[in-house]
Amino acid sequence: MAESAPSHRGSDATGFAVSLRGVTKAYGNGVMALGPFDLDVRQGEFVSLLGPSGCGKSTALRLIAGLAAPTAGQVQVSCQVSRDAGNARADHAIGFVFQEPTLMPWTSVRENVRLPLTLAHVRPQEAEARVSEALARVGLSDFADAYPRELSGGMKMRASLARALVTDPDILLMDEPFAALDEITRFRLNDDLLTLWRSLGKTVIFVTHSVFESVYLSQRVVVMTQRPGRIGAEIRIEAGEPRSDGFRTSAVYADYCRKVSGALAPSYAGRMAL
Amino acid sequence: MSSAPEKSELEGSVLRGLRILLPAIVAVAGTAAWELLVRIYDIQPYVLPGPIAVFQTLIGDWGVLSQSLLATLTTTVEGFIAAAIGGIALALLFNLSRLLEYSLFPYAVILQVTPVIAIAPLLLIYLPQQTAVIVCAWIVAFFPVLSNTTLGLNSVDRNLAGLFQLYGASRLQTLRYLKLPAALPYILGGLRIAGGLSLIGAVVAEIAAGTAGAGSGLAYRIAESGYRLNIPRMFAALFLLSLAGIVIYALLALISHFALRRWHESALGKDN
Repeated sequence: MAESAPSHRGSDATGFAVSLRGVTKAYGNGVMALGPFDLDVRQGEFVSLLGPSGCGKSTALRLIAGLAAPTAGQVQVSCQVSRDAGNARADHAIGFVFQEPTLMPWTSVRENVRLPLTLAHVRPQEAEARVSEALARVGLSDFADAYPRELSGGMKMRASLARALVTDPDILLMDEPFAALDEITRFRLNDDLLTLWRSLGKTVIFVTHSVFESVYLSQRVVVMTQRPGRIGAEIRIEAGEPRSDGFRTSAVYADYCRKVSGALAPSYAGRMAL
Repeated sequence: MSSAPEKSELEGSVLRGLRILLPAIVAVAGTAAWELLVRIYDIQPYVLPGPIAVFQTLIGDWGVLSQSLLATLTTTVEGFIAAAIGGIALALLFNLSRLLEYSLFPYAVILQVTPVIAIAPLLLIYLPQQTAVIVCAWIVAFFPVLSNTTLGLNSVDRNLAGLFQLYGASRLQTLRYLKLPAALPYILGGLRIAGGLSLIGAVVAEIAAGTAGAGSGLAYRIAESGYRLNIPRMFAALFLLSLAGIVIYALLALISHFALRRWHESALGKDN
């Protein structure tokens, strides 16, 4: 199959925000990291990619973001908003939140959040307003002038989230963003993320290795197999909207977690010696 | 329990005080021993002058010495600026074009490893003396700037680079907003080394020019005083050279501290 770069198109008849067809990714040394992998994500859907570490879920996310090219297959990312005249938003359909906060240590939170707009040559006045709005959304307005090292881990992640939101992207890609945080902070950020998702209606693809996090957050959990990563199972989580702490302690939640854990077990088969 | 932090704080300030006090004691003791030695054994000033005699020469010859100091400092600063600009610009070019880096980097290394004292006489033949001295200062000082800047430009956080790629940053934008700020601590480290080295380069070239040149720098003054057995003046000039080196280093360290103090580990207190 011919090598093809991801195509980012203005509109898509299928109605999918992200569509992967027969995508594979091999590393330079010939090791297959992913695939073949098929995934369709509807507009406004919250999907989690769940799997053991090294299963290629981060690779899948990087392919969708266009940070890497697939070895074979097709990656299609469609942008919901047409770029008509008068539409001032920056031309970026994708926001990415990395595993680490990935902030520039040499400048303030405000400048970090402003970066995507600076790179897109957005006018300073407009950029200022949007940076303030994004900071307010994640509750960091009071820390706009702090430097990253002055923030806690959770606040750094919030700043990273604000930066991903500042371009008002259609699709939010999140690569184990809360994995390094303590549980209480993670729960709070999970809740805040759900609130944002409900109010902004963005498509979210969330990579995690936590069964509990994936069930709590998503409408659909895609369980991936060991390398090379393929889809092992797909489980819809149809419960508890809007979700909050009550859902976390409910029997329905526990049932789903059991089900997802069961689906994940084969991915860890043969690893038990570890 | 509450006294524990106070105690460690007290220990901290005592340690800080000792860091200033101990070298000062060594300086005073060393100078006193030197003076005593000279007096007890009645050593003649043309063999070894005592510190007091050196100090008197420093005051007495201040007119000549200050002129020389100014000349050497001017050369050093010019060489340093040339090294800073040359080193950073070359590193940026190497970063943009790998082919250029492959073509030129070996020669930068050759320039660096060839002792400058051996190059200086040649330069003095082909170039006007003042230019030759600056070129010498440049040759020894530019390499640490080049290699440190290159290292800095290459140690950009991989995820941040991905982020810039994601947002479609141009090469110039990546350089301005990502690579240069990320490389800043390394560049400043290189400049700190280059400051001292450009002084060395200037001195080496002045010595090489020696009596043949019409130079009036401190190193020339040392060579000249040597021929005249004016040993106290040699010491006085040497003292001024050391002092100049210390001041250059301190200034660059200060600049580095203020540029990095809000974010870089190197400029933060240990307890942070």
